[in-house]
Amino acid sequence: MSTRLAKGGRLLDKGRALNFTFNGKRLRGHPGDTLASALLANDQMLVGRSFKYHRPRGIVASGAEEPNALVGLGEGARFEPNQRATTTELFDGLTCISQNHWPSLDYDIGAVNTAFARFLPAGFYYKTFIHPRPFWKHVYEPFIRQSAGLGKAPNPGDPDRYEHFYAFCDVLVIGGGVAGLQAALAAAEAGARVMLIEQTAHWGGRAPVDGGEVGGQPTEEWIEATVAKLRDMPNVTLRLRCMGAGVYDHGYALGYERVSDHAPEADAPRHRLWRIRAGQIVTATGAIERPLSFAGNDVPGVMLASAVRDYAVNYGVSAGDRTVVVTNNDDAYRTAITLKQLGLEVPVILDARASGGGALADEARALGIRVENGKAIAKVKGSKRVEGVAICAQAGEGAVLEELKCDAIAMSGGWSPVVHLWSHCGGKLIWDSAQAHFRPDPANPPRGAKGEGFVSAAGAANGASDLAGVLTDADAAGKAAAKAVGHKPKTTAAPKGSQSVEAPMQAVWLMPQGAGIRLRMKSWLDYQNDVKVSDVQLAAREGYESVEHAKRYTTLGMATDQGKLSNINGLAILSDALNQPIPQTGTTTFRPPYTPISLSAIAGSARGEIFQPIRKTPIHDWHEDNGAHFEPVGQWRRPYCFPKGEESHRDAVNREINQTRARLGLLDASTLGKIIVKGPDAGKFLDMLYTNMMSTLKPGKCRYGLMCNENGFLVDDGVVARIDEDTFLCHTTTGGAESIHGHMEDWLQCEWWDWKVYTANVTEQYAQIAVVGPKARETLAKLTTDDLSNEALPFMGWADITLAGMPVRVYRISFSGELSYEIAVAASLGRALWDALLEAGAEHGVTPYGTEGLHVMRAEKGFIMIGDETDGTVIPQDLNMQWAISKKKDDYLGKRAQERSHMTDPNRWKLVGLETLDGSVLPDGAYATAAGHNANGQRNTQGRVTSTYFSPTLGRGIAMGLVHDGPDRIGEVIEFPKVDGGVVKTKIVDPVFYDKDGEKQNV
Amino acid sequence: MLILTCPCCGVTGEETEFHQGGEAHLKRFGPGSSDDDFHTYMFAKENPKGAHFERWRHNNGCGKWFIAARDTVTLEVYGTYPAQTHEPPQHIRDAITARRPGWTWREFA
Amino acid sequence: MKHYSAFAVAREALRYHMGWERAWASPEPKKKYDVIIVGAGGHGLATAYYLGKNFGVTNVAVLEKGWLGGGNTGRNTTIIRSNYLQDPSAAIYEKSRSLYETLSQDLNYNIMFSPRGVIMLAQTEHEVRGYQRTAHANALQGVRTEFISPARVKEIVPIINLDGPRYPVLGGLWQARGGTARHDAVAWGYARACSAMGMHIIQKCEVTGIRREGGRVTGVTTNRGDIACDKLGLVVAGHSGHLADMAGFRLPIESVALQALVSEPIKPCMDCVVMANTVHGYMSQSDKGEMVIGGGTDGYNNYTQRGSFHHIEETVRALIETFPMVARLKMLRQWGGIVDVTGDRSPILSKAPVDGIFINCGWGTGGFKAIPGSGWGFAELMAKGHSPLCDEFGLDRFYQGRFIDESVAAGVAH
Repeated sequence: MSTRLAKGGRLLDKGRALNFTFNGKRLRGHPGDTLASALLANDQMLVGRSFKYHRPRGIVASGAEEPNALVGLGEGARFEPNQRATTTELFDGLTCISQNHWPSLDYDIGAVNTAFARFLPAGFYYKTFIHPRPFWKHVYEPFIRQSAGLGKAPNPGDPDRYEHFYAFCDVLVIGGGVAGLQAALAAAEAGARVMLIEQTAHWGGRAPVDGGEVGGQPTEEWIEATVAKLRDMPNVTLRLRCMGAGVYDHGYALGYERVSDHAPEADAPRHRLWRIRAGQIVTATGAIERPLSFAGNDVPGVMLASAVRDYAVNYGVSAGDRTVVVTNNDDAYRTAITLKQLGLEVPVILDARASGGGALADEARALGIRVENGKAIAKVKGSKRVEGVAICAQAGEGAVLEELKCDAIAMSGGWSPVVHLWSHCGGKLIWDSAQAHFRPDPANPPRGAKGEGFVSAAGAANGASDLAGVLTDADAAGKAAAKAVGHKPKTTAAPKGSQSVEAPMQAVWLMPQGAGIRLRMKSWLDYQNDVKVSDVQLAAREGYESVEHAKRYTTLGMATDQGKLSNINGLAILSDALNQPIPQTGTTTFRPPYTPISLSAIAGSARGEIFQPIRKTPIHDWHEDNGAHFEPVGQWRRPYCFPKGEESHRDAVNREINQTRARLGLLDASTLGKIIVKGPDAGKFLDMLYTNMMSTLKPGKCRYGLMCNENGFLVDDGVVARIDEDTFLCHTTTGGAESIHGHMEDWLQCEWWDWKVYTANVTEQYAQIAVVGPKARETLAKLTTDDLSNEALPFMGWADITLAGMPVRVYRISFSGELSYEIAVAASLGRALWDALLEAGAEHGVTPYGTEGLHVMRAEKGFIMIGDETDGTVIPQDLNMQWAISKKKDDYLGKRAQERSHMTDPNRWKLVGLETLDGSVLPDGAYATAAGHNANGQRNTQGRVTSTYFSPTLGRGIAMGLVHDGPDRIGEVIEFPKVDGGVVKTKIVDPVFYDKDGEKQNV
Repeated sequence: MLILTCPCCGVTGEETEFHQGGEAHLKRFGPGSSDDDFHTYMFAKENPKGAHFERWRHNNGCGKWFIAARDTVTLEVYGTYPAQTHEPPQHIRDAITARRPGWTWREFA
Repeated sequence: MKHYSAFAVAREALRYHMGWERAWASPEPKKKYDVIIVGAGGHGLATAYYLGKNFGVTNVAVLEKGWLGGGNTGRNTTIIRSNYLQDPSAAIYEKSRSLYETLSQDLNYNIMFSPRGVIMLAQTEHEVRGYQRTAHANALQGVRTEFISPARVKEIVPIINLDGPRYPVLGGLWQARGGTARHDAVAWGYARACSAMGMHIIQKCEVTGIRREGGRVTGVTTNRGDIACDKLGLVVAGHSGHLADMAGFRLPIESVALQALVSEPIKPCMDCVVMANTVHGYMSQSDKGEMVIGGGTDGYNNYTQRGSFHHIEETVRALIETFPMVARLKMLRQWGGIVDVTGDRSPILSKAPVDGIFINCGWGTGGFKAIPGSGWGFAELMAKGHSPLCDEFGLDRFYQGRFIDESVAAGVAH
């Protein structure tokens, strides 16, 4: 059984106990424990179930590479599925549950899949579940989905905080082991601004577990001293619990800091995402031990040798009383030695190498441990936990030589550098056949903005194998990185680490070498996704030969650990099956993040109301206080209407329109785009921009204009006012302000750069209020001594006046068909002007109206709306707006495009008014049918509705639409089918429904 | 996440400060031009695997448009320069040649 | 071709699955084929399949510079829908969707078409009107969609938040027979069926030149030698411009990166596809349990198959607002694909300016859902010289100003 030892536990505070629960069972651990170490300390060997066969799963590793020990952590709105126990620090009151089983972890119905495993090989679902057709959606898929998945879905309402930090540094060192510390020190001593991040809660990485000396000091002391030194340097930032999650282009990197996962009561954000921009990045991310592929290597109790050692040394936990060690390299001997020294039994070390190990092997033997060279595991005994091993010759086919009882197995298949971060942004790898691993190819690093290599690897991540090599390599990497960003590294030598004389490892991809199919079907590669050696071999046999095919066909490496343990073993098996060298097979693509990061951290603090920037007009607060029903328009929020009491939105809109047409309405038009165009060539420029002639506009006058893109399509409209000889003010649609301004600048700077024109987007500098209705002039007159008579300020004129004591600009323009003044005032005075207008208009029952009232009134008047009558495919000619297209101009943007055959086609649909025969409101977006079907069997159409409203003014539905030959068919009745059946008979009419002669607006 | 330097205000900034606005060094064809010329101007894109010239706007900065010579495969930025020119400056061409000898892009090389 | 079935799997299980044959052959290229398709992605393979199935043309080679299905076919978010606005789009996407319905049976390969339904959320008044228009258009196009109320949306997707503080859900366009499929399986299934018809799928075969004589194509030059053909189909998505260059013409195509991500797998919590175009994000749940999340494109030409992280941030924010429960999920993996975008963001299925060359590209962000329909139509175009499904998607439309613009109804996303 696994248990807590009296000795060991360098990371623990054994004086204090922490309570936690696993599947409701109350358990105890110590500060310093991970959830995994605490579970092992309580002999909780079985921690979950695998994805496909629901096999019992135990803890395999001690770090980020763990594939099995995933739990549902926390409760309620804080519940989080798939939390890795090996990287979860224990805290008092932690609650967790195991996953992927029913009804319980110990007795899982799904485990029946194991019995049928033979019938469920890789990709079986591609070959089955084909008939009968409806069964996939309704029977097979629901079953598969239910048994797949891992943890339960979380709940809404995450109460925790998340934030983003920005950091800029010369050198970012990822990984705070010995290599990272030395690289950071070397770079910092050169004067570089250094940031060093480490994913765990401790500096030093694995080195303290492995022992050894640095510069004559015990490693642990050197680590402490180095951290202290770095902490004192003003140019160094140190961050624990901060994982290098991803490396992106041009030196961008993501740090994922788990600020308070380990201390949920702390008044701190839970996670913090660091957006780091670094000149150089050093990945000192260490290496990960590989499992060995033997039958039953997935039984709980089979663990990585390094993990067994970590648990013993760091947490004082033994994986078992009798641990068999199986290896192809010397490092695993350290585990055997450590266990023996802690008083635990190691019945045998099975070394697959015929020639055996080096000095460490001698040391093990000296401690009395039995060492068997050239031996292997034929099979593991036990199902929910290890009960023993059957031993065989590595060179054979698995004939059992001996059986031994044991309750844990420590395996080591060699070490693979963590090359993920190196690879994220295009760094290439080379195959090192001596170590049997891929490591970074220094000749092909990720390249930055200037084509420079901006990532280097250091230490074990670069393939260095012992402490001495790691320190030398890291020191060089730190110095080189500092130099690359313009600093002068010191010439001091790297500290000397103790060297170990190790016998060469020997690649062992299958154990035993000649394992038959029955053993290969029980030799796991990917523990979480249940991919076995036989599955990869099957994929190769069936022609899924590319490493990507094999991965996707078998799901190897696609689990939450992204193949940290399984990928190399899998592609070695694949290469063997294809009879090609491993480098020719290559790897799958490494993608960020290194380990999964929370979506909340990615979102940061931009949640809820502020998840996108929000734009408010100066009058916004009034709208809010007066019950506005808002609609989002881009990032603006505009009042749709102002319902009173229990009034429906429809009724509110009708009231607003009736009141405006009868007496007086107010509209907050501040969101309208306002762009100043100024300079000697401003008129010439606007002549190119608009289809109309703008250069002939007289100062003091306004003109409605249309803007097309170079493709000929109508993109924006608005009123242009000429302020003086050199200056125009262009109104754009609300949505168009920024893009039209950019569009203007594009043409000015990239095409007509010798034209003397400046533009400025002053949209937010002004509030704009439309005072609309028969009482508009009367109301304004109360607030000014300036002359607003029709003679002094006629329709389509503007004037600067003083209104309610404020300097304002009044445009006599109308989008409603009423007598109307749009008043622009400095944004800071917007609310004051609004209040003054409300007060002055009170005697006329002044009624603020919203966007819907605006829309209905413009439709009654037959005015087009960009986005309704236009949709990116409509040209001004479709809207019968030839009057707005100057015939005197040789050129304007879009003119050439409009000469193309489809744009001059007489069959284009044209704008008309539409009146239902029964007075009803036509459905939005309805199409008018024509006879017959097209070549694809679709019903032919002859027109469509572009705007449709109930007109309170006319007491009936009105609409506008584009209809084939429309203007020539006035009076004709066409049919619009409804989606729920039936048709609406509709008469084609003139689009101006209200005040055709303009008698209301021109008074 | 690219880094670009605006040649107008000199600021080196994150990609999020800028906005790409399409190919650079376009020759506009207006009314009276042939269908082929107009089509080429509007639609025949270079879209190279390699050095590309494109218009960017420093829209969350000084607001100016400029031209970037950028590699679409390595994302290396060979340089940026003001938009008020009909052809890439020599030092930019040299920088591209250093990485991609024999490159061509429309009439430039 | 050995027939796939539960029975066959059981039979093979008895001999430890040692009896399975290759899903597709790995032949040496011949000197000449009637038709060469460049690009063994979904579209290329589907084209080959329907050339054989519908027109009896089987002397076909499909050349692939990497591994089949390794481009956008294998890196998309697997959404299938046909609720398009414009007639030509609705026609080809609906043809495609209807072929997906029976594709597993046609190919004898389970491509896991799951018609779980697709909702496109309307979150502004403008979107409401746009989707109502689409629903009307679809009704006449033979595409079954309906505009549904927020209450109905909630019924279909219980995890949705209707009342987000910024963009409340005002309704949705619902296509009950839209859904998802297993993307790799689509490529593999077509490849297997093509191979069974005797076609050659030649992987790791990169086309380095296109040979012409007198304005007509005669074959291609590859890293595995010259191969002659009568007709050449270019079906290479993001690399179309590059291939067109070899053939001496230019395309209205730009290649940009599109990003996507998946969460860690969880038990089923969402049984349809939801697209939220206002906030730029869409999500579905894979059969494995991962939440599959897609966003918008990076705004510049890019061949790196990776993108900038701020787009991921924006997408994730949008998804958390729409589905608050995802806040406590983790991102497992992010990736990018290179999509080819045309002047009107609709595809090109066209004869090329060189006789004998046909081009199928420009699917932008919407290619996966179109694979069977595109293959069906493009095969007809290559075999007969025209096809009702393709005729509107010709290169001539840019000369004429005859755009097929779908952004009308939806700002982003496929």
